[in-house]
Amino acid sequence: MAKILLEMKNIVKTFPGVKALDNVNLQVEEGEIHALVGENGAGKSTLMNVLSGVYPYGSYEGDIVYNGEVCKFAKIKDSEEKGIVIIHQELALIPYMSIGENLFLGNERGKSAAIDWTETYGQADQYLKTVGLKESSRTLIKDIGVGKQQLVEIAKALAKNAKLLILDEPTASLNETDSQALLELLLKFKSEGMTCIIISHKLNEVAYVADKITVIRDGSTIETMVKGVDEFSEDRIIRGMVGREIADRFPKRPGVKIGDVNLEVKNWTVHHPLYTERKVVDNVSIQVHKGEVVGISGLMGAGRTELAMSIFGKSYGTNISGTLIINGKEVKLKNIRDAIDHKIAYVTEDRKGNGLILSNPIKTNTTLANMDAVSHHTVIDKDKEYEVAEDYRGKLKTKCPTVEQNVGNLSGGNQQKVLLAKWMFTEPDVLILDEPTRGIDVGAKYEIYCIINELAAAGKSVIMISSELPEVLGMSDRIYVMNEGRIVGELSQEEASQEVIMSCILKSSKGE
Amino acid sequence: MNKANVMEFVKKYTMILVLILITAFFAWQTEGKILLPQNINNLIAQNAYVFVLATGMLLCILTGGNIDLSVGSVVCFVGAIGAVLMENKDMNMWAAIVVMLLVGLAIGAWQGFWIAYVRIPPFITTLSGMLVFRGLSNVVLNGKTVSLTDETFIKIFGGGASCYVPDFFGMEGFNMTCMAAGILACVIYALVQFKGYFTRKKKGYETGSLAVLSAKVVALCAVILWFTYNLAKHKGIPAALVWVIIVVLIYGYITSMTTTGRYFYAVGGNEKATKLSGINTDKVYFIAYTNMGLLSALAAMLTIARMTSAQPTYGQNYEMDAIGSCFIGGASAYGGIGTVPGVIVGAVLMGVINLGMSIMGVDANYQKVVKGLVLLAAVIFDVVSKKKGK
Repeated sequence: MAKILLEMKNIVKTFPGVKALDNVNLQVEEGEIHALVGENGAGKSTLMNVLSGVYPYGSYEGDIVYNGEVCKFAKIKDSEEKGIVIIHQELALIPYMSIGENLFLGNERGKSAAIDWTETYGQADQYLKTVGLKESSRTLIKDIGVGKQQLVEIAKALAKNAKLLILDEPTASLNETDSQALLELLLKFKSEGMTCIIISHKLNEVAYVADKITVIRDGSTIETMVKGVDEFSEDRIIRGMVGREIADRFPKRPGVKIGDVNLEVKNWTVHHPLYTERKVVDNVSIQVHKGEVVGISGLMGAGRTELAMSIFGKSYGTNISGTLIINGKEVKLKNIRDAIDHKIAYVTEDRKGNGLILSNPIKTNTTLANMDAVSHHTVIDKDKEYEVAEDYRGKLKTKCPTVEQNVGNLSGGNQQKVLLAKWMFTEPDVLILDEPTRGIDVGAKYEIYCIINELAAAGKSVIMISSELPEVLGMSDRIYVMNEGRIVGELSQEEASQEVIMSCILKSSKGE
Repeated sequence: MNKANVMEFVKKYTMILVLILITAFFAWQTEGKILLPQNINNLIAQNAYVFVLATGMLLCILTGGNIDLSVGSVVCFVGAIGAVLMENKDMNMWAAIVVMLLVGLAIGAWQGFWIAYVRIPPFITTLSGMLVFRGLSNVVLNGKTVSLTDETFIKIFGGGASCYVPDFFGMEGFNMTCMAAGILACVIYALVQFKGYFTRKKKGYETGSLAVLSAKVVALCAVILWFTYNLAKHKGIPAALVWVIIVVLIYGYITSMTTTGRYFYAVGGNEKATKLSGINTDKVYFIAYTNMGLLSALAAMLTIARMTSAQPTYGQNYEMDAIGSCFIGGASAYGGIGTVPGVIVGAVLMGVINLGMSIMGVDANYQKVVKGLVLLAAVIFDVVSKKKGK
């Protein structure tokens, strides 16, 4: 048996109100490729952040033993000194700097007062050769594609003398050929003695490169499969990933009659706002009926938010094409105001960044999207505004001392309720809820589900985007599965299960 | 009142308390000279332009801590155009006023367009404006001073010797009109406050305590009465004060009572969220800077009337006075927070410091040092108190 390079023992990490990691154990042998798999939010990235010192020693419980010694990393630099280098899913390269400059950013060649550029570019070219990237190290990052940028990230890790390389979804934004090349590169590194931890949703790739696969679910390590001992089939891995019982966490919605089609989108295609040749949403057709809750499931980056925002008055993307039909009539929504006037509401996934004005009180947040209803010739009727805010506070059971309270002081669940109130006040017919229960506790989740049910009962159409499979399954009348910008499955409540949804996604990733 | 309430009170009214302390300090140092009617009158007349510009600057700052560096140059340029039109071209005074306002609006719209729709950073855009309009002022004036002779213009905008609202009572040595206006203002203020209180109470809304409200009303009325009494003992209401009051009332109303005003706070608080609420955020920026141009034009009229001339050097550092007043008055350097009354307190504070040090005979260079440090202290206070809040 090879030497154990890394051992993480009984790691527990709590965030306010949430236990993100619960007694995680992980053993990585020297010279192996170890894969971590699990659903979104299972705790993979948190675990890697604990390992690399993003969450410093003391903010978690448990021990990290690396190379035989217990490590107490206070910051990322500490872990990098030991040769633990993490490559995040979001590439951290600076577009207007050259490859060489990026390679040694924070790790410059020469002296701090005098960078040695000959050394920088000379060494950079060597590292680029190692990763098989045929570019000059003087090329600017913005001029090379994502696949090559990923290689630059790896070269950057090598420049830090990495002994343990952690890759978080390295192939998420790569095409087939680039992905394959990257995997081959990892196998080459392995033959040279490098140890890798790879986090990926693409189980076929995982099965191809990994020596061991550890499954994480709900913040705990469930099992570790070893190549040659356990079967590495995708079905087997999926069972490990989703194998939990769904308890009665979702309120029933009995006797809601599903009516006519309320909103229909046909052949909807959206391009990325910056990389305009990239299709973020690709020929999507969906519809939602009155009184229906439609779930959109998929992994992060599947294009769900982009789809929703592009429908909501073109608030995302360029070159949007396709037809939008509301209540049987084709409409073109020029801007967000137009979308609101056509009774569409989009409740963002990022309530702090895109949803609420934290420095403003609850009442002004509640009325912001529908100021006309509380003003007369642009003069605000403050009494009415107060009444409206009080009304919604009562209806949604928002817990706050007064509606004059700043939203920034509320808990996540209550902020989410204010955000819902804001959009309910625009009296929409179609509500698009993007991750409506992200980061809020179980009790508040239940209350949000009840509100969704009431909306459906009132004949509204609800589109619910969620990365939590149990939530989608528990709440939806119908489920669309989205992956890589396309709809890859439409399932009725009866046919849908976690395994079916996951296999829809994985099959499409393989290009079947 | 328990301790927490006291802390909250102190936090809410910090700048007013500081203002009282600083005024008391100067009253002590100048042996009460700073509180003489003549000096109170000067405080207003000298700083009228600051009040006007600071009000406009508040809207820019609300959108996200953005400032307008060009106001000093714009004041000079618009003033130059007005003076040349009235003196050299013999244009009718009213026509000249309209032209000046239009020029101000046009300049504001020019800068606002680049800032709002092309997203050129406000700092760059207005830095450019600062240079351009300073240069153009020189061109318009040919590098020379143009003296103003139009008596009506000078009086209306608060310059010259008798630029006071006429007294209708004709009492010797005491301007009854001024006192009456003060009393009227108090009555209206008290009525509005108490009416608001009782409507809220009747509808069952939350209200503060009646005692606190009464104390607030009494305190403010006392200030107004003391203030008008002193002005009445001097020569009455300075014409410039009328303009300041008009601007403060209009913009106080816009920022607190209208949807447009609400959008300024929303954009500064979270632009993305505001945009996703269907609000045209570009337009908010455009309005802020266009309006700044308009108010710069008014400040230009006040300036040339007070100086009874236009010179290529007028308006220098006016932008700094306006920006300083806003930040001292509690506007957040990150946007989204700040009120018109707060800014007025900030401007008065700056004015008192200026006046007090002048009376004391402090060297002008040290005056700048003190003003600079006061500004830094105010923003440090803002940032630190916010950090503690989290």
